Amino acid sequence: MRKKVFQILVDNTPGVLSRISGLFSRRGYNIESISAGVTADPRFTRITIVASGDDDILEQIEKQVRKLVDVRDIRELKPEESVYRELAMIKVRADDNMRQNVIAVTNIFRGSIIDVAPDSLMIEITGNQGKVDAFLRLLHGYEILELARTGIAGLGRGTEHIVYID
Amino acid sequence: MTGADAIVKCLEQEHVEVVFGYPGVAITPFYNSILSTDIRTILVRQEQNAAHAASGYARITGRTGVVAVTSGPGAENLITGIATAFADSIPMVCITGQVDSKLMGSDVFQEADISGAVESFVKYSYIVRDAKDIPRIFKEAFHIAATGRKGPVLIDIPIDIQEDNLNKFVYPEDAKMRTYKPTVQGHIVQIKKVIRELSKAKRPILCVGGGVHLSGAKDEVIAFVEKNRIPVVCTMMGLSVMPTHHPLFYGMVGNNGQAYGNRAMNQADMIVMVGARVADRSISQPDLITENKVLVHIDVDPAEIGKNTQPAIPLVGDIGSIFKNFNELEYESDYSEWVDVLNKYRTEGENRKSAALKMAVTNQSRMQGADPVAFIRTLSLAMEEDAVYVADVGQNQLWSCANCVIRKGRFMTSGGMGTMGYAIPAAMGAKIADPSRQVVAVCGDGGFQMVMMELGTMRQYDIQAKVVVIRNKVLGLVRQYQHYHYHDHFSVIDLGDYPRIDRLTEAYDMHYYKVEDNQNIRKVVDAFLDDPVSSILEVFIDPNETA
Ligand SMILES: Cc1ncc(C[n+]2csc(CCOP(=O)(O)OP(=O)(O)O)c2C)c(N)n1
Repeated sequence: MRKKVFQILVDNTPGVLSRISGLFSRRGYNIESISAGVTADPRFTRITIVASGDDDILEQIEKQVRKLVDVRDIRELKPEESVYRELAMIKVRADDNMRQNVIAVTNIFRGSIIDVAPDSLMIEITGNQGKVDAFLRLLHGYEILELARTGIAGLGRGTEHIVYID
Repeated sequence: MTGADAIVKCLEQEHVEVVFGYPGVAITPFYNSILSTDIRTILVRQEQNAAHAASGYARITGRTGVVAVTSGPGAENLITGIATAFADSIPMVCITGQVDSKLMGSDVFQEADISGAVESFVKYSYIVRDAKDIPRIFKEAFHIAATGRKGPVLIDIPIDIQEDNLNKFVYPEDAKMRTYKPTVQGHIVQIKKVIRELSKAKRPILCVGGGVHLSGAKDEVIAFVEKNRIPVVCTMMGLSVMPTHHPLFYGMVGNNGQAYGNRAMNQADMIVMVGARVADRSISQPDLITENKVLVHIDVDPAEIGKNTQPAIPLVGDIGSIFKNFNELEYESDYSEWVDVLNKYRTEGENRKSAALKMAVTNQSRMQGADPVAFIRTLSLAMEEDAVYVADVGQNQLWSCANCVIRKGRFMTSGGMGTMGYAIPAAMGAKIADPSRQVVAVCGDGGFQMVMMELGTMRQYDIQAKVVVIRNKVLGLVRQYQHYHYHDHFSVIDLGDYPRIDRLTEAYDMHYYKVEDNQNIRKVVDAFLDDPVSSILEVFIDPNETA
């Protein structure tokens, strides 16, 4: 099993997300995360999918996705040529005694406290998946009340692989 | 002009000759507008059969079949037909009426999310939200259905959109699609690589599939193999690419194929798959075919290549275009030794078959009724040279595939989905596509009863397709499976004695013929085929026959 990050550029047609996710589910491909948002050109949406499987499966994923009528482009975002980011929001139980400790850990990871309540804190942290995972490990001793992760978004470095849209 | 008028105009622009369908309120605006054109409409008796008929039509004409049905139950009945067409890559545009767009999503009467339901077995689908999009959507739909790997496209149109007014109608010159651009031309480097490998190979074989028919590439492929004397086998969908008795043809491969065809595949040192999937039915162990062999896979669908096994040389593109390139390239080859070996296998195999057949027809086999193999042989030889043979699903299909003799004709069947009840409506579509050709549907008594309501359609429109029912009074192929895998523990396969087809033909003013043993098969078949009145031939066989 390997993991691959795919960047998919699709026509912003109704139902396009369900077409992509439906393809993954019916063919039994594993999605680790998926994130999507409109591009600078509102006609297109960029989807980042982290998928896992053996080499044959990963190759099939690329081919089957490329075959979908709405898909403009699919490419692998190779780790060495790309930047990935994920945002996580974490609500941790923290009373007066614990608050400073949580804030300290957050600062080390350059996270920020985005909401404070008498018995909890909400933290925002952005980074590649490794960083988010490491941060969550550090919070091990605390009670995580709620967690929301966006899944990763990514872009290739430099101007070499940009798809120009007519 | 209304949206419905616009739809009809689009069909005219696409030179659509016939629409197969079934109305209901949600599609009445369309069926109202179509009256003012020359486009023929055929009212089938169940929506599934509209899709099968459109499929038969598409296979014979090479053009896109068109279907129009109503919302909810109408569209739902169509689903099996769409899935069947998708599995065999048949170009088709399915128009479904839909409830009022303002009510969509609120579960009103006869609302079904048909585009959602068929998502995984259409090439693409549209929900029309604005009447002014109709010309663009239809242009795109016909383009998508008939290019690249062909397939069904669904257009769902709410009734209010059909009734809306369109200020102006401009049919686009071409489909300007930003994302959809199928590969047509084969890559020249890959093409030359294939030729180079062929010149090195000692024992090459071509395995042709349904893609050759879909691309209309039969002549180019035959020209190539004849020029270079390359042996050919086929998959079920590739039957009738090569005439059965072509000297370079070694039959169908796979579980139900000819032993000598499979042997040829096993012994080859180079296999060229042409418009054929490396699918479970034809190649039971895909890994085996790459062992000690150079595998070339030619397909218009890049996703099909490497799906089940990795070829040494993938070649993506339209088969017709690629073989045109092949034919322009010269190379030296001499496979005569290999051909001699295969000829020997074929002669042995055919001799064995003839001997078995002789035993069967002289009633040394303890079977009752007619021998199905003898019957299929005789039927196919009695048919006109360019006739269309449509096989249904079940034992009858396997007998047909392995024994029907094709000369200049066409063989078709539901290969990918194996949908019982395909043959009769598909034969109707084929006959409508080309009334000058003889069309014969061969089905089992199970498959026949799934679609026998279409006899009404055949009579009403005087569609002169011939129907053969192989009568074993059981769901033969399932019974055979239970025989082998459950030691004759038969369950839910008995069809009983009804209907009485002789009486059924009476109800439809058709003529009835029957074959009950091996005497006079040819005489009855000739009379049946020559009869100008629509007729059914019932062939009684023993339920214990195995295919
Ligand atoms: C719509 C559909 N339902 C069920 C099956 C499963 N099935 C495959 S062959 C077969 C038996 C077909 O019986 P019949 O039409 O009498 O043909 P025979 O095998 O006897 O020649 C069945 C039930 C199928 N292929 N299609």
